[in-house]
Formats: sequence, structure tokens, C-alpha cells
Amino acid sequence: MIELKSITKKYSKLTAVNEISFRVEEGEICVLIGPSGCGKTTIIKMINRMLEPTSGEIYIQGKNIEESKPEILRRNIGYVIQNIGLFPHMTVAENIGVVPRLLGWSKNSITARTEELLDLLGLDPDEYSDKYPGKLSGGEAQRIGVARALAADPPLLLMDEPFGAVDPLNRERLQIEFLKIQRKLKKTVIFVTHDLDEAIRLADTIVLLKEGSIIQKDTPENMLAHPKNRFVKNFVGTDRALKRLARFTVADYLSKAEGLCIEKNISQCIKNKRDKLQNRFLWITDRQGRLMGWLDIEAFLAQDDIEEALTRVNPAEIALGADFTLKEALARMLSQGVSAIPVIDNADRLIGEINLSTIEKITQEGYPK
Amino acid sequence: MKRARHGNCLIILLLLILFFFLVFNMSIWETALKTLFPQEKEVIYPRATLAVLVGEHLILVSVSTLMALFTGLLFGIFVTRPVGRDFLEIVNDITALAQTFPPVAVLALAVPLMGFGVKPTVGALFLFSILPILRNTISGLDSLAPEVLEAARGMGLSRLQILLKIELPLALPVIMAGIRIAVVINIGTATVGAVVGAGGLGAPIISGLVRNNPAFVLEGAATAAFLAVIADQLLSSIERVMVKTEY
Repeated sequence: MIELKSITKKYSKLTAVNEISFRVEEGEICVLIGPSGCGKTTIIKMINRMLEPTSGEIYIQGKNIEESKPEILRRNIGYVIQNIGLFPHMTVAENIGVVPRLLGWSKNSITARTEELLDLLGLDPDEYSDKYPGKLSGGEAQRIGVARALAADPPLLLMDEPFGAVDPLNRERLQIEFLKIQRKLKKTVIFVTHDLDEAIRLADTIVLLKEGSIIQKDTPENMLAHPKNRFVKNFVGTDRALKRLARFTVADYLSKAEGLCIEKNISQCIKNKRDKLQNRFLWITDRQGRLMGWLDIEAFLAQDDIEEALTRVNPAEIALGADFTLKEALARMLSQGVSAIPVIDNADRLIGEINLSTIEKITQEGYPK
Repeated sequence: MKRARHGNCLIILLLLILFFFLVFNMSIWETALKTLFPQEKEVIYPRATLAVLVGEHLILVSVSTLMALFTGLLFGIFVTRPVGRDFLEIVNDITALAQTFPPVAVLALAVPLMGFGVKPTVGALFLFSILPILRNTISGLDSLAPEVLEAARGMGLSRLQILLKIELPLALPVIMAGIRIAVVINIGTATVGAVVGAGGLGAPIISGLVRNNPAFVLEGAATAAFLAVIADQLLSSIERVMVKTEY
């Protein structure tokens, strides 16, 4: 989709970007990361010709970008920056419609597209279309910034620390929303950040830069498991094993849960399964399969009283959804002091469990035994 | 918000009606000035009617302000472009210098070059009104948030489109304030033109000073002041209409 061939950018004596080459495939999110001054923003600005490289070539969909006029090129590339830069004298709808208007779209299709995008970003078109940017919160403004970049449906999106100025809580929400949208739209995205957790959450590929050169280009999983040298190791931090867990979802490592319906003859079931059961505890569900709590088998066998041995729980507090990350699962285990956590679907039905031993196995990858 | 705007239009309308009423009803002036200055035999400037004087005055002010507007905008835009950046300081210095010349001195210097009458007066007023317009154009265009301009460029607007659709609309409030200041100052300063025979509301003032007749002076001065108040009100309400108040 996009290819950089030995790109160099020099400012009199300083070399900001040095002989960089890499490709980003269609539909991929490539995150450029590195300490400040590593050249990540310079690279992104050379892609939409806000800056011209000193040497080297850039190809988008096989075409050298120098063949098109900068303005024409930019209209086909979405651009989101940290300070958003919404036009304060235009309404939200007018802001989103800027590029479509430049491209000569009809009024009706611009309005339709604006509403579609606001819906996509979870903002009510009736409420937001006629608002001025000054009346928006930081998170809302950033969503409009993304909507504006997506307005003309460009295949390529350049995002320069787009969520950098938003508070951590909102940032995480924006990242998750952005991933959801990306799954639908499948844009090719080049994303600049200095926030490693953001890179790990979003990236298909991470390009780690230092002083204008690529140090390592890899998937987040691999970079965290196999940092190439000491610089990468220091950059990803000593908790890289923990960070890496954020790349895996509960759904990928679900084990079968031993669950029993409360309506059944429980003592008979337990006696039948006795030797197969490894745990002291058993998940108990209602007739619809919804999680109710867990049963202490030994206590139950000793007293034969289900109410005595059953610990009722609120599924939302104890259980996880399948789209949670293993990092979140581990955090839940530690805070609850348990080694297995039930996993439920949208209707609170038990679909499996996730075990501490599974998570441990994953964290050991990439570390010497 | 709408109600406030209507209220403003009403005030301007009332001021205008009052102004025209006074300009065309000299008997009121005569009564008022006679009571104020009973010792004067003649209280109304005899060489031209007040309406003619106001007309001459407005021509002086509007021609010079329009010229200054055109020049100020042009130079203001030029020195804030990448090509013109180098001239920013020198243009600022020259306009500040022009402002330090007293109007009468400018007139005295201009007369040998342009002769007596309207021309040197318009020239002097032009020099004086460039400064506020140019200054405000420059500071309006220069104070825009850099991320707004970066976003505009990154989205694919051409330089001209950025100027017309983003920069000028955003700088408009500041530019309009400069125009308003220029007009109000000009209405006052234009009275000096009478010294070199440009007419206008300065004529009764000068004549009154020469003939030691305070009634003439008051006739010209009060009308000029009234005109300045109306111009100020009118321009600020135009400003409010042009600049969307919502953002």
C-alpha cells in the first residue's frame, strides 16, 4: 500500500531522518514510536508532502507521491494531529465537509456523509452538526477530528499523536473506539505516538525509531518478547511481559469451564465426575446458563447443603467478557485473589474460564528459561 | 442574542434620524447657539450649509479610509505570507513613523507637491488611517492558532483557499476593529483639511477660530463628534453581523 525507499531528511547539519525504508500493507496499522527527536513526525509529514525529503522516494499504491500536486495528494490522505486544529468559525458539520467540498461533492452527499460519520463515532448528528468547536469537550473534538479526516473516505490515514492531548481515561476509550472503527473500515494507518501502551494496543506493526533510524520493526508481540538490543529492551521496559499480555484477548486462551446447572441433581453429578474434577470449585449456572456463583465441592460433600457451599456472585463484577485482554484478566485475578476467572457472553452466560497457569505460560515466551 | 442585535439597529436608526433632523433644521441650531453665545451677531457659518459641509467631510473620510483599507489589507496579507515575511518589520516601522507626523505638518509638506484642497488632505488622512488597519490585519493574521493552519494545509487546501476560507474569516474581528478605529480617528482629523481649503466640517471651526466666533467652532465640532459616534456604532454593528457571535 505504502512504501518508503531510503528516505533521508537533513536540516543543514542535522539529519532528522536517515535512510529509512519500510512498507505498510493495506489495512494495517503501523505505529511509529520512539523518544522525541527520533524523526517520527518528520516521516509522517513527508508522506503528505508537508515536508520534502532530502533524498529517497515514497510510493502510495505503487505511485510516486511526487507525481501529484501536494494539495491533490493531501485530499486523498486523512490527516489527524494532536491539537486537532478544528476550524473554530465553522460548525462541526462544516468542518467535516471541508475536504468533500474541495472534491466537489454534492450538498446532499456531504450531509449524508457527515451524519454517517457522526453516527460512526458515536455522536448524535442532530445534537452535534450545528455546534461550534469551541463548545466541544476534548474527547468530542478529537472524535470530530477523526471524522473530518475520514470524510472523503481516503484509503490512507496519517495520525500524529492524535490522542496525546486527551486525559488517560478518555484516551483509552478513544483508542478502543478507533480500533472498532478500523475493524469496519480497514484503512491503512500510519500512527505516531510516544506512548508505548497506545502502540501496543493499536499496532499491527511497530516501527521503533531512534535518532532518525529504524531500530526494530516488528509485531508488538514479537518486539516485547524478543527485543532486538538493549535500547529496545530499555524502551519497552522491565514490565514488557506484562505489557505483552495486552496483545492477547481472553477469547484466544479460553479453557473449558466445569459448570453445573443449579436445577440438576448436583450431588449425583459431582459424584459421577469426582475423579475428573481438578479444582475444588465448580461454576454454578441457572437454567439459561447464566453464571450464578461457585460451589465449594468439599464443603458441599461434607454437608450436602447447596446454600451453605454456594457463593453467589454478581457476574459483572467477577466474570470477564471474551474481548478483555489477558492483562485485564490477570489484574482481575490478582485483585480477587483467585487463579481462575469465569468468562461470560453478553447475556451473562458462562462460556469458559481463563486460568492463571495459561497466562503464566504466555509471559514466559521470550524469556530465557 | 438576536434581541440585542435588534436593539442595536434601533439605536443606530434613531441616531441617524436625529442626525439628519439636526443637519437639515438650521433653525434649531440658530436658537441653541444664540442662547449660548448671545454676544455674536452671526451664529451659523454662512459660506456653506451644514449638509454640504457634512457631505464634503464624508467624502474626505471615505476616500482616504478606502484607500487605506485597500493598501493596509494588501500589505498586511503580503507581509504575513512566507514570501513577504522579511518585510514585516520594515512595514511596521514605516507605518509607525507615518503616524508620528502631526497631521498639520503632513498637510504643510503635501501642499507644495499636490496643491491646495482635497488631494493633500486625503493624502494625509490616508497616511494616518493605514496604521490601525495594517497593524490589526497583521496581528489578526499572525495570531491564528498554528494547528488550525497545519490542519488546513494537511487537508489539502491551497494557499489561496487557506487565506480566503480560514485566515481572513478568523482574523476578521481584529481587522474590523482596526477599520473602526481608522474611521473614527479620520472623522476627527479630517477637520484639519479646512486649513488647506478642503472644506468639510473643519471649515466653520477654522473660520470661527480666525473670526473669534465660538458659535462657528461649536457648529463644526459638535457635528463632527456626532458623526464619529454614529460611524462607531454603525461599524461595530456591521462587525457583529459579519462575525458569527456563536463561536
